[in-house]
Amino acid sequence: MSLQSEKQADTLVIRVEEDRIDAAGAIRFKEGMRDLIAERSARVILDLSRVNFLDSSGLGAVVAVMKLLAPERRLELAGLTPTVEKVFRLTRMDSVFTIHAAVDQGLSHAG
Amino acid sequence: MRAERMAVNGMASQAAVEWPFALIEMPGDLESVRAGLARAMRSAPLARLGPEDRGRAEILLAEVLNNIAEHACCGSGAGIRLLLRLEPARLCLVVEDDGVAMPSGALPAGELPDAASLPEGGFGWFLIRSLAREISYLRDGKTNRLGIVMDCEQ
Repeated sequence: MSLQSEKQADTLVIRVEEDRIDAAGAIRFKEGMRDLIAERSARVILDLSRVNFLDSSGLGAVVAVMKLLAPERRLELAGLTPTVEKVFRLTRMDSVFTIHAAVDQGLSHAG
Repeated sequence: MRAERMAVNGMASQAAVEWPFALIEMPGDLESVRAGLARAMRSAPLARLGPEDRGRAEILLAEVLNNIAEHACCGSGAGIRLLLRLEPARLCLVVEDDGVAMPSGALPAGELPDAASLPEGGFGWFLIRSLAREISYLRDGKTNRLGIVMDCEQ
């Protein structure tokens, strides 16, 4: 699972450099994220713009990362592609994440 | 087992004349399911769908196949057979495996977990039921057979 992390001011931006977060890769995603979020930051934005597919296991892994950050930090999402957006919308999980159209909008947003 | 094979083959020869049809077989583990799903997405029935329907079909198939790998095959070596047929305005799927039967012989209710409780699972059957118009389940000897119909715009 390829994850690229970059600190921009007080925000940790983590880009998923994979086409999919699915049942076969969900555990590796969660483990990779756990290592990266150990870095201190005020905010964490997960850039999903390169992810074309996410299944319910991938969704569960994203939720698990959100819980790892709690209660000090929240997980913000950016760049949802159409099928990924559909999974968040159908399961109503779009209601528990702050979702930005793209990372740039997320960075300029107050969080 | 032999009877099912014949049923599958009969369906193939009949349907190929009029509608795009594909039969995809895969071992019942998550890595193989990922590869099998990729093959399904390239197959004639799914290649013809528009982007919206393709996305819905991919979510639906992923949830069905992952559930079978995790709960029916569960490392037993049992494989999965996926039949896809595109009919006018609908995608018909038959998914067979020789793994363990559905508990109590019935399909899960698939209720939506409460988002506020930050659930990490339990979405699979909710998504399947949200995306499918019809779902049937039959335990036939040692075989699980799911029949699923998804509406599509094409």
